[in-house]
Amino acid sequence: MAVTDVTPNGAGGDDDQAPRVALLNNPEIRGWIFQIVLAILIVYLVYAGWSNMNANLQAAGIASGWAFLGNNAGFAISQSLIEYSQASSSYGRVYVIGLLNTLIIAFFGIIFATIIGFLMGVARLSKNWLVSRLATVYVEALRNIPLLLQIFIWYFGVLRLLPQPRQGFDFGFLGLLNNRGYFAPKPVWGDGAEFTLYAFIIACIAAWALGRWARARQMATGQTFPAFWTGFGMIVFLPLAVFVITGSPLSWDIPVMGGFRPSGGMTVIPEFIAMLVALAMYTAAFIAEIVRAGILAVSRGQTEAANALGLRSGPTLRLVVIPQALRIIIPPLTSQYLNLTKNSSLAVAIAYPELTSVFAGTALNQTGQAVEIISLTMLTYLTISLLTSLFMNWYNSRVALVER
Amino acid sequence: MSDQPNTLQVAYVRRELLNEEPAPASSRGPVAWLRESLFSSIPYTILTLLCIYILYVIIPPVVDFMVTNAVWTGSDRAVCATEAQGGIQPNGWFGACWAYVDAYANQFIYGRYPDAEQWRVNIVALLFFGGLAPLLIPAAPFKRENMLFMVFVFPLVAVVLLTGGDIAVSHLYIPLAVLAVIALGVVYAFAKGSESDPLPGLKTTAAIFAGLFVMLFVLGFDFGLRHVETEVWGGLLVTLVIAVTGIAASLPLGIALALGRRSALPIVRFFSIVFIEFWRGVPLITVLFMSSVMLPLFLPEGVTFDKLLRALIGVALFSSAYMAEVVRGGLQALPKGQYEGAMALGLNWTQMMRMIILPQALKLVIPGIVNTFIGLFKDTTLVLIIGLFDFLGQIQSSFSDPAWSSPVQSLTGYFFAAIVYFIFCFGMSRYSMYMERRLDTGHKR
Amino acid sequence: MKKLILTSALGAAAVAFAGSAAFAATLDDVKAKGFVQCGVSQGLPGFSNPDADGNWSGLDVDLCRGVAAAIFGDGEAVKFTPLSAKERFTALQSGEIDVLSRNTTWTMSRDTQLGLNFAGVNYYDGQGFMVRTSMNINSALELSGASVCTNTGTTTELNVADYFRANNMEYELVAFEKADEVVAAYDAGRCDVYTTDQSGLYAQRLKLTDPGEHKVLPEIISKEPLGPVVRQGDDQWFNLVKWVHIATVNAEELGVTQANVDEMMAGDNPSVKRLLGSEGEFGSAIGLENDWGANVIKAVGNYGEIFDRNVGPDTPLGIARGVNALWSKGGLMYGPPIR
Repeated sequence: MAVTDVTPNGAGGDDDQAPRVALLNNPEIRGWIFQIVLAILIVYLVYAGWSNMNANLQAAGIASGWAFLGNNAGFAISQSLIEYSQASSSYGRVYVIGLLNTLIIAFFGIIFATIIGFLMGVARLSKNWLVSRLATVYVEALRNIPLLLQIFIWYFGVLRLLPQPRQGFDFGFLGLLNNRGYFAPKPVWGDGAEFTLYAFIIACIAAWALGRWARARQMATGQTFPAFWTGFGMIVFLPLAVFVITGSPLSWDIPVMGGFRPSGGMTVIPEFIAMLVALAMYTAAFIAEIVRAGILAVSRGQTEAANALGLRSGPTLRLVVIPQALRIIIPPLTSQYLNLTKNSSLAVAIAYPELTSVFAGTALNQTGQAVEIISLTMLTYLTISLLTSLFMNWYNSRVALVER
Repeated sequence: MSDQPNTLQVAYVRRELLNEEPAPASSRGPVAWLRESLFSSIPYTILTLLCIYILYVIIPPVVDFMVTNAVWTGSDRAVCATEAQGGIQPNGWFGACWAYVDAYANQFIYGRYPDAEQWRVNIVALLFFGGLAPLLIPAAPFKRENMLFMVFVFPLVAVVLLTGGDIAVSHLYIPLAVLAVIALGVVYAFAKGSESDPLPGLKTTAAIFAGLFVMLFVLGFDFGLRHVETEVWGGLLVTLVIAVTGIAASLPLGIALALGRRSALPIVRFFSIVFIEFWRGVPLITVLFMSSVMLPLFLPEGVTFDKLLRALIGVALFSSAYMAEVVRGGLQALPKGQYEGAMALGLNWTQMMRMIILPQALKLVIPGIVNTFIGLFKDTTLVLIIGLFDFLGQIQSSFSDPAWSSPVQSLTGYFFAAIVYFIFCFGMSRYSMYMERRLDTGHKR
Repeated sequence: MKKLILTSALGAAAVAFAGSAAFAATLDDVKAKGFVQCGVSQGLPGFSNPDADGNWSGLDVDLCRGVAAAIFGDGEAVKFTPLSAKERFTALQSGEIDVLSRNTTWTMSRDTQLGLNFAGVNYYDGQGFMVRTSMNINSALELSGASVCTNTGTTTELNVADYFRANNMEYELVAFEKADEVVAAYDAGRCDVYTTDQSGLYAQRLKLTDPGEHKVLPEIISKEPLGPVVRQGDDQWFNLVKWVHIATVNAEELGVTQANVDEMMAGDNPSVKRLLGSEGEFGSAIGLENDWGANVIKAVGNYGEIFDRNVGPDTPLGIARGVNALWSKGGLMYGPPIR
């Protein structure tokens, strides 16, 4: 290295250094200069935005701060999972209700989207010509039409298809259905109902332990044990037995037709139904493609090899094909789940009271504190996304093929 | 081997080939096809019958609504309303009101853009599709010239034609000149500091600033066109403006972010990741709320943005994060050897990216870019929530016209919107699949 | 380097589109740009509604035209920004518009907490209910248990909450982002009741499939004084907008109409002469020419004419003058004297 630079007298400790390179030609230093300039620029932009905002807020005399979260909201919300009264509930509670409504539509949407998506994905691969064609039409049509438009179509479609309350469908014990929503009977738990819950929890833990034990035994001895069915039986029958023993502490609050709409029971508002159908159908079209790709990606050789090993078709599917397909399916599937959750914000267009609609909509209008409310809303969605990504990364690293 | 068969030892050998027999009647023809693909087993038969039933339930009413019972001509709501609703159709009639779509067609395409000026929109559309088509067809010649036209000339022409030009930019000349001097100085100092020839860098910088000056001049030049505010834009025009601008702005930003995310520089990587994950983690509608309600507060006093421009900024930031991930996919798909080869040739980072990595990576992600565009095209509908009149918004706003109000009006409008969006998105997705297949063949190992 | 160029290019493009607005002297700014930027609704017949050619008309629109006429002598020197209920205050605060004339209710919190000032009342409204005729309901007190459709971002959802609570009635609120969606949902039978300002009910009824099937209940459950809004802290502009409206009211009182302005200007009535600027120096105090009043009336007419043209009995809305009549005829419209 230092050969060219050796001084004639051979002395000097720092002679074996690299040839003198201009400071700016050192990639490391260049990198740092660039980074520092970038950091200064970004910090400046953020600072400028921040100080502008403060100046603007001050000049316009707009209130700021988080105190409004404790103020009384004073408007009604058509669906709330927790208690809400317009007389006394605060904006903070409105936020919680909006968040819960977002989560519940996402939860049910994900379940239905997954079911429909898997069915459609398998149907697209069906050898039945009509079935596969229909599934293709479904996927192509729903993927290529904007979700918002679909939401409008479903909402106004649902409203027009369902009859007025007075002419509504009456399913007796199963409740009422009309264009004010679906009115289902509501379970009312009596004394001692908590024992059933405890029994359920105990059964779940026992089933889990049983599964572990069965697997360990299979690993050690090769003997199999029908852990799934045993566990399933435990989870179903243990709580049922306790329920009967404690004297069936359950009654139903059955909705009855009132002056304008049924009262009592549980109400599923039409906005929820329309939103759920639209979200589930739309996302299912994407899931169908993911499932199809996942199944196609498992090569036939895997099935043939499993057959050659003497596995029957059930275990082949369960132990060979599905685990491999899932590895491909799950990452894009999670991002679809995330999309569904984010897309639930479109409910703002049809008055389903979720986070964006009720908090970033109504509450923002009433308080005028745009900065606080929009930031909090965005942060909430961001947190949901990041938590999901975190889980996904963990899962991915667990199932990823270890390559050598 | 000899082809003389040994005929002596075998009593009988057939010398000539038998003619091919047609397949048995039971396994050919439409009947066999039906049996094979529709009725091969009992569950399949049940499924098939179920599907036929579904089709029976869906298709006839839709055809009746869309075609058989539809009204194609007329001048007001009377043709699309039943007698009970004050129209001329028999009671119980239910069909699409295409006459209404026809009457509103102009608004659905141009919004409230003045009739006399619509030729400007037409020219922009012509230039756009005329310039884009040869770019999309792999066999078409003059790719480079075409690209330059689309990147540098077309946006300027489009802005001038659509808004009318003569934009107040005169106050920008001096800041730009100052910026130019500073930039030239920095480039010169950098070159001196790194003991290289400053001339090429200075030339590039000067060219860029000259381009910017030309741009400003064109934007500020009075071509005598009438000024058309963005408030009156609407319909398909706004949808395309948002989608195309969004994707055009997000491409360079997305590339920069993708490179930043894979960069070895920690601060750059950190900011890139934060930026990408933030925009990907929030729904577009909150981004639009933010840009329409909060953005004005971040700007210095007295500076306001056009409403459309605010939405554009939101959309561009949002889609650039998605674009970054698409591009990152392309960067990751390139074998490591490409990087190593480039470095072995002594290329520096910029040269490596510009000449080796990005051309290959971008080619790989063309389908991904088209898919992002499809997503963006569909997402433009959300701007109606913040009060812009895109295609769907324009259709929705026409529902409030009493001259055409009838029970079938909104259904007709939504059906029409669905058809139009489907044609656009389906066409693009076919193109993306075609490109995918085409690019795939080149990379088979 | 590339990044810097990119940023500066973006910045240049952005600023090229950006308009300018000053917080301090709105009038100077308006004069400089040559037109008034006016925030209106996204389409409310009678108040601010665009026709198929994009020409705006309505009571609120005429106020903006009046302001433009006062400044430039030309009622057309105005540009309209359609705003949703949510955006309207931010648009004004940020200087995007000069005056907000969008059937906005004057409330204390809006007047005091949002950095805005209400420059008078150009329509006295009250919240009402609309129901289907077939439901045989004659009073809002029969609405217990009903589903109520309205749009968010307004005082209406708070009023309806108060009303139902005060009368111990149950209800289900279905609140939409846009008025069009409320109408569509009500029309589709989602709700029994549609509530908003009564004027709005009359206006939106035109959009229903069968307007004759719906009626507006007699109850008015709130005070909704609607008026123009300006930014706080610019008294000159505030006064200008306020007095443009007052001028139209005074003109009606004094019998000055769009048709007879010139005639009246030459007449002897000193009040008329002061209003129309042929006597006194009232324009300069608000930064205008002395004939500003005459210009306003020439452009949009007096308040009575504005009312009759946009929402009056001869229009599809068919709203009677009621409380919006002049004080001398039993209404609330009272113009402080110009002197």
